[in-house]
Amino acid sequence: MCDTCGCNLTPGNRKFAYRPVEPGATTVSVLQNLLKKNDDQAAHNRAHFDSRGILAINLMSSPGSGKTALLEATIRALKGEFNIAVIEGDLETENDAERIRAQGVPAHQIVTGTACHLDAHLVHEALHHMNLDGIDVLFIENVGNLVCPASFDLGQHVNLTLLSVTEGDDKPAKYPVMFRAADAVVISKTDLLPFLDDFDPARATSHVRDLANVAPVMQLSARKDIGMETWHNWLREQLAAQRSLAAGGSTRRPAIQPDGAALHTA
Amino acid sequence: MHELSVAQALVEQIENLVLERNADSVTSLRVLIGPLSGVVPDLLAGAFPLAAAGTFAEHATLDLVEAPVRVHCQTCGAETEAAMNRLLCGTCGDWHTQLVSGDELILESVELQLSEMSGELTRPENV
Ligand SMILES: Nc1nc2c(ncn2[C@@H]2O[C@H](COP(=O)(O)OP(=O)(O)O)[C@@H](O)[C@H]2O)c(=O)[nH]1
Ligand SMILES: [Mg+2]
Ligand SMILES: [Zn+2]
Ligand SMILES: [Zn+2]
Ligand SMILES: [Zn+2]
Repeated sequence: MCDTCGCNLTPGNRKFAYRPVEPGATTVSVLQNLLKKNDDQAAHNRAHFDSRGILAINLMSSPGSGKTALLEATIRALKGEFNIAVIEGDLETENDAERIRAQGVPAHQIVTGTACHLDAHLVHEALHHMNLDGIDVLFIENVGNLVCPASFDLGQHVNLTLLSVTEGDDKPAKYPVMFRAADAVVISKTDLLPFLDDFDPARATSHVRDLANVAPVMQLSARKDIGMETWHNWLREQLAAQRSLAAGGSTRRPAIQPDGAALHTA
Repeated sequence: MHELSVAQALVEQIENLVLERNADSVTSLRVLIGPLSGVVPDLLAGAFPLAAAGTFAEHATLDLVEAPVRVHCQTCGAETEAAMNRLLCGTCGDWHTQLVSGDELILESVELQLSEMSGELTRPENV
């Protein structure tokens, strides 16, 4: 552990490590993630999904990158193949849940108020308002924000991060926490690429690789139905992988979850 | 922006500890934080007093220890320091690396002021 091996002692903090404990005081070693309560709730949510064989996908992006549009198009194309349900946490457009229900699948709107991210408790609350019987894929549309949603585990199995071509292709370099957490990246609104001279998908991909992230980067336009087959196949693969894991009694978490904690207590 | 939620979670965690140990209050606490945790140390330091007001941690000092970003190269095996948005091997430049340090958000230790009642728990632990 850190305190015994001294691996995280720096000249700045050494004084705290060796500060003598005063009488009547005690120093307790904790070594717990600050978001432990959220993580415990997330594990509980994941158990709900696993017991039903559901694949849960967390969608994250800036506001307006096309999360809801991608869901609408996906449901239209695949609702005969999978049973899909959606938890809407995006507060930018209050009618997102309505847009999803219009496609004929169940959607629950989380009222986030002014919250800038979803957390595992909000998602759990939403789960208890939904009938998940027979659902294959649950999409959780997070609040449009590239900062904090990446820090809160919701119990999802995979993270999908969207980057629309109307944003800069350097977004992954500006928001490394978010793009490092992505199990897959979607470059959205590619129908607009011919009108934009400053978004290079190869450059965006290279910024993702600079984060040591091997995630597939898929380019698509939900509106013009371009590149959707690759995305559908990715979804099919994820669902098959999830099912075989669940059948074997195991589960998975997004590929990159904070692991510094694990390494430090090892 | 979410640092207040993180500070609230932290205060809740240390309040539980105070109750568990039957202590009087929290003197100080030490948090290890890496830039890739997504939590900004200055914002967390600013949010902590708001979250701690009226709790056992009200007068506690928060020591934030910043963890460096370090990666282990899967290609050449080197362990080097990296920038948070360029997690490349400092030796061979490959991007096939694994983060060794830099995404921590860990409550390392808490110093408690014990009450008369806590008896044998005054024995110092850790350190
Ligand atoms: N040109 C184009 N516009 C799109 C596409 N997908 C979404 N949009 C538009 O982008 C805006 C935001 O989309 P929305 O799905 O609400 O984004 P969200 O906030 O991420 O859920 C809307 O005006 C959409 O019509 C696309 O593939 N091509
Ligand atoms: Mg939306
Ligand atoms: Zn937030
Ligand atoms: Zn439950
Ligand atoms: Zn190397």
